[in-house]
Amino acid sequence: MGATHLPATEFDGTGVDDQLEAEAEAVLGEPPTQMVQLLGPDGTLGEDPVFSAYANRLDAEKLRGFYADMAAIRRFDQEATALQRQGQLALWVPLTGQEAAQIGSGRASQPQDYIFPTYREHGVALTRNVDLAELLRQFRGVSNGGWNPKDTNFHLYTLVLAAQTPHAVGYAMGIQRDQKLAAANATPGQPQEPKAAVMVYFGDGASSEGDVHESMVFASSYNAPVVFFCQNNHWAISVPSTVQTRVPLADRAKGYGFPGIRVDGNDVIAVHAVTEWALERAREGKSPVLIEAFTYRVGAHTTADDPTKYRGSDEEAQWRAKDPLERLEKYLRAENLADDDFFAKVKADGDELAAYVRKTTHDLETPDIRTAFANTYAEAHPLVAEELAWFEEYSAGFADESETVEADTDGAANR
Amino acid sequence: MTTMTIAKAINEGLRATLNNNPRTLLMGEDIGPLGGVYRVTDGLIGEFGADRVVDTPLAESGIIGTAIGLALSGYLPVCEIQFDGFVFPGFNQITTQLAKMHARSNGNLTVPVVIRIPYGGGIGSIEHHSESPEALFAHTAGLRIITPSNPHDAYWMIQQAVDCQDPVIVFEPKRRYWLKGEVDTESPGASADPFKAHVLREGTDATVVAYGPLVPVALAAATAAAEDGHSVEVIDLRSISPIDFDTVTESVKKTGRLVVAHEAPTFGGIGGEIAARVSERAFLSLEAPVIRVGGFHMPYPVAKVEEDYLPDIDRILEALDRAFAY
Repeated sequence: MGATHLPATEFDGTGVDDQLEAEAEAVLGEPPTQMVQLLGPDGTLGEDPVFSAYANRLDAEKLRGFYADMAAIRRFDQEATALQRQGQLALWVPLTGQEAAQIGSGRASQPQDYIFPTYREHGVALTRNVDLAELLRQFRGVSNGGWNPKDTNFHLYTLVLAAQTPHAVGYAMGIQRDQKLAAANATPGQPQEPKAAVMVYFGDGASSEGDVHESMVFASSYNAPVVFFCQNNHWAISVPSTVQTRVPLADRAKGYGFPGIRVDGNDVIAVHAVTEWALERAREGKSPVLIEAFTYRVGAHTTADDPTKYRGSDEEAQWRAKDPLERLEKYLRAENLADDDFFAKVKADGDELAAYVRKTTHDLETPDIRTAFANTYAEAHPLVAEELAWFEEYSAGFADESETVEADTDGAANR
Repeated sequence: MTTMTIAKAINEGLRATLNNNPRTLLMGEDIGPLGGVYRVTDGLIGEFGADRVVDTPLAESGIIGTAIGLALSGYLPVCEIQFDGFVFPGFNQITTQLAKMHARSNGNLTVPVVIRIPYGGGIGSIEHHSESPEALFAHTAGLRIITPSNPHDAYWMIQQAVDCQDPVIVFEPKRRYWLKGEVDTESPGASADPFKAHVLREGTDATVVAYGPLVPVALAAATAAAEDGHSVEVIDLRSISPIDFDTVTESVKKTGRLVVAHEAPTFGGIGGEIAARVSERAFLSLEAPVIRVGGFHMPYPVAKVEEDYLPDIDRILEALDRAFAY
């Protein structure tokens, strides 16, 4: 089924051939938020009165690093998709197309910041130094949270849409109190802890959830140091973003009384600049910020999805032309900031990462259900103890049987 | 020993935990200058300031959700939900997030959030203000649920809830807020373990298990039964999750008969769980089926007829009669 009756790209800030943009202007009484873009799809760097200053902080090494990160996570995404197809993962949630939104924003965060992802933020996880193989534990079905968030300040994935947004605001309220206490107890001349902020990710679909509204109200009421990072990838499984909103999502921030910025989510330089600005603003206690990264989920929602049923290949082609990696490669080459050797090394590193992930996934140990008994409560619990005792006794009844099976198959059973 | 009401005892318990632990904070609707709709937090904002006694926007999911975030950042939030029937906008946060966070993080994260919920009927109020939703939460692993029936327990339980590393819901019997009793603020004494049931009155012929607002009713029923020559043991369950089945089973093995009373509807309720466990643990001691006394399978009725809905002394006596008839 073609989907030409659906607006191809929603209002994209260009004002061209876009009925919704005109509608939004009529509703808002002013032009909808213009999209911040620095690096265009053709690889040329433009100017922005506010954010060029942030982009100018980036040197060649950082830009090459952005490219390497984006290429690595795209390669990882391909490998994980393949692992799912081979039956090694129960499900995979691909991110291809959203690399710039994730690497740009993640690289703008500081180690002391705390990040709440939804479940597609593999690129952000990379920037927080989460072991990508650990990321697969959840999709392998061996853990509901494969890493310790305390190690990286990168929280577990949250699958109940938007449920993590109030957690982020609460965490930010905690930081706010910590900073107040630290300031009150500070001795002159002593180095201060660096100020921190929280960044929380969600998508255009989740933006309709009540928790997003409530968390923005709380954030505004208490001026919490939090950045809301919405990746508008245009599709909530099969429902286009136009069903979630009739105005640019970034414009919703006005209703809460803090800044909202739409940024080209396929422009890693602009995403990084805007996020640095927003996080600095939050850390300084000036206000929360909503960033809407305007991007596109090039692949399926998950490996269980079939995008050909709800959108046209012409739309995908339009967005492929705005590819975040290609445009940065064009820029790096045009400015002589990277050569063939660099790109060859990035590709080799990607293959190495894929091999590591493939091997580690195969080796992931299946946990013992006793760990589930152990982790349901933090403190001793009589019912859990009673059920565990029953389970032990019940399991012990099969001990002889499993020995027999092993003997019968001459040790060849794949256990 | 000091005499005070349950509401005052919770107020004093909150004051103690705010004093004892600088990371405790309270959050909820109208808990600041007003002191909460039941005045349970009266005066606390003046003593501890608006950073620790936080008047929140009117949004229950937001309250629970931000409390989870505060707990993750090292704080000990105590949330007030204004009325039982208004907890449901926060139900998602409580059941999918709060209850599961420790498990899904493989034990790496703890979320010691306390949720206070005034519950139960008998106050002649309008709809959504008289409900007993405890079974919905008891069915969710990861949560602990306790309910005081007297001021001494109220004073200590709120502090024990804050000290617990697991999320704890404290169901407060709102129609007993003004019930007075002695509180030992120096020592919890026999109330040191909030998850242990208490035998309030010993008996030999039957056991009545109740909790929260129905504990005084159960005691009165036992007194009335004694006049008819029946010796009835009364247990205050105190903890709804986990349930102290040892104390209940031990009692039933002695008396042979069990009546469980709660305001919540009997279908799918705590009484049914107790009946099933007791039948598994003390089947040969039972002289009669376990009989439940509780609300009917209907939305909580209008105030003018709530007396017909709420278990009272006669309803418990009628259940005891049925048990004795076997």
